[in-house]
Amino acid sequence: MNALEVRDLRKVYRNDVVALRGVNLEVAEGDFFALLGPNGAGKSTLIGIVSSLVNATSGEARVFGISVQKERSRAMAQIGLVPQEVNFNQFEKPFDIVVNQGGYYGVPRRQARERAEYYLKKLSLWDKAFGPSRQLSGGMKRRLMIARAMVHEPKLLILDEPTAGVDIEIRRSMWKFISEINEAGTTVILTTHYLEEAENLCRNVAIIDHGGIIENTSVKALLGKLQVETFVLDLREPIETLPEVDGIEIVRRDASTLEASIPKSRSLNRLFRVLEEQGVEVISMRNKANRLEELFMRLVGIDEEAA
Amino acid sequence: MSVDVSAHSYWIGYKTILIKEVTRILRIWPQTLIPPVITMTLYFVIFGSIIGRRVGEMGGIDYMEFIVPGLIMLSVITNSYGNITSSFFGAKFGKHIEELLISPLPPWIILTGYVSGALFRALSVGFLVWLVAGFFSGFFMHNAVVTISILVMTAVVFALGGFINAIYAQKFDDIAIIPTFVLQPMTYLGGVFFSVGLLPGLWEQVALGNPILYMVNALRYGMLGITDVSLGLAYFMIVLFGTILGGVALYLLKRGTGLRT
Repeated sequence: MNALEVRDLRKVYRNDVVALRGVNLEVAEGDFFALLGPNGAGKSTLIGIVSSLVNATSGEARVFGISVQKERSRAMAQIGLVPQEVNFNQFEKPFDIVVNQGGYYGVPRRQARERAEYYLKKLSLWDKAFGPSRQLSGGMKRRLMIARAMVHEPKLLILDEPTAGVDIEIRRSMWKFISEINEAGTTVILTTHYLEEAENLCRNVAIIDHGGIIENTSVKALLGKLQVETFVLDLREPIETLPEVDGIEIVRRDASTLEASIPKSRSLNRLFRVLEEQGVEVISMRNKANRLEELFMRLVGIDEEAA
Repeated sequence: MSVDVSAHSYWIGYKTILIKEVTRILRIWPQTLIPPVITMTLYFVIFGSIIGRRVGEMGGIDYMEFIVPGLIMLSVITNSYGNITSSFFGAKFGKHIEELLISPLPPWIILTGYVSGALFRALSVGFLVWLVAGFFSGFFMHNAVVTISILVMTAVVFALGGFINAIYAQKFDDIAIIPTFVLQPMTYLGGVFFSVGLLPGLWEQVALGNPILYMVNALRYGMLGITDVSLGLAYFMIVLFGTILGGVALYLLKRGTGLRT
């Protein structure tokens, strides 16, 4: 059974802005799924409709076969949502926020307290559980929203940019936690701007742009479509003349840094051989962008310089 | 894994909203419970004790006793309305209303939870004002069933009204306009301080169009055994307003007006 099925979903806001233009999407049960797209592409509207915060203009969303539009209560019982913006009462204590959310989903208070303790400890928030939540840092607030979304142990967890603005250490611990949740059987849908996150965590991906799905495949298959990869080469000495290698586009970033765009059909060995012949010594090399990021930018037509 | 929806899960959801509301009211008690008691004490001192001594009797009873039901009703109405507008609009403004909107709870449970919270505050304040009134005029009760039922039903009606106000409100000013410019004048003109029979002909007819007059008089009957209007008509008016406002509030909540885009 699919964890999520979206059929011909359209959303036209009152100001005539068309946010979704007949979106079709399926997410299999147990999947770790990335929903990617530039700002304003329709990701949040799609998540809003699935979580019933936004009314669809037409079409249907089904969660584990239950229609969000026709059986809202049953459908919502399956979902845990971590929204993009902080949306808890900052005058309440983290422990109370998590326990109360459990209550809204019918989790008995005693059980909700036990689960709140478990998830707050798991997300390293237990020492802050009984202080004012407004004093939590940005990263802590995001982790609190994950604990809140997990208290009723949903079958589908939707995370809308959960690691935005979170430092790398916390981000990695959040990835580990979310991966564990997924391994335990919870389907995870993730939207993120960190494409490294999607590449490392997710098995399948959909790219949404201008209110429509422009790509929906596995991360592996998507990366297979990457025909040209761009590398940044740091040189030991500044060079005056740009080296020329047949079939490889080389541009100068500054006097001692080059960018080489290499089609998959060409060998990296060939590049280094020519550079060596021309007396150019490379001291380090890295991808210009994350591979998925490079592909993403090409698919949605973002100008790389502007990006 | 996951929960399913049932009457029991709804009951837990309702209790959670109520516990959250009661906790909020008690946490900020200097804002929620004390100010109305101080205001009513001043009313009793100024209108009851100082001016009331010169007025003497109204409707055949001591003026101080006469104003007690009206002042209790005034505090019940303003606190019921004020609690739900500030709490629900605050949740909307702070976006934490989304915690409830994404939950499986149906609109009628959310509405019942918030109305119950408002009822708790309205009756708590009403009880405290009654204690203060007892200090000035002694305790009296003609019919406890009428007194309690009228207080509860009136608090529910104004909680529903406040809920609708909060749904439409876009900014904090929007939840202050109706209490200041509609509720307070209607309550003062609803016979809190005078018997409607004292008004000249046309104004008496105008006053009879004010629903709060029926609530104040029904409570006055419950506490003192006197009323300017029929008790049956008073109950009818309260049920009528409650049904209309409850229906509108549920419709708006289900539709997601002001809450879902």
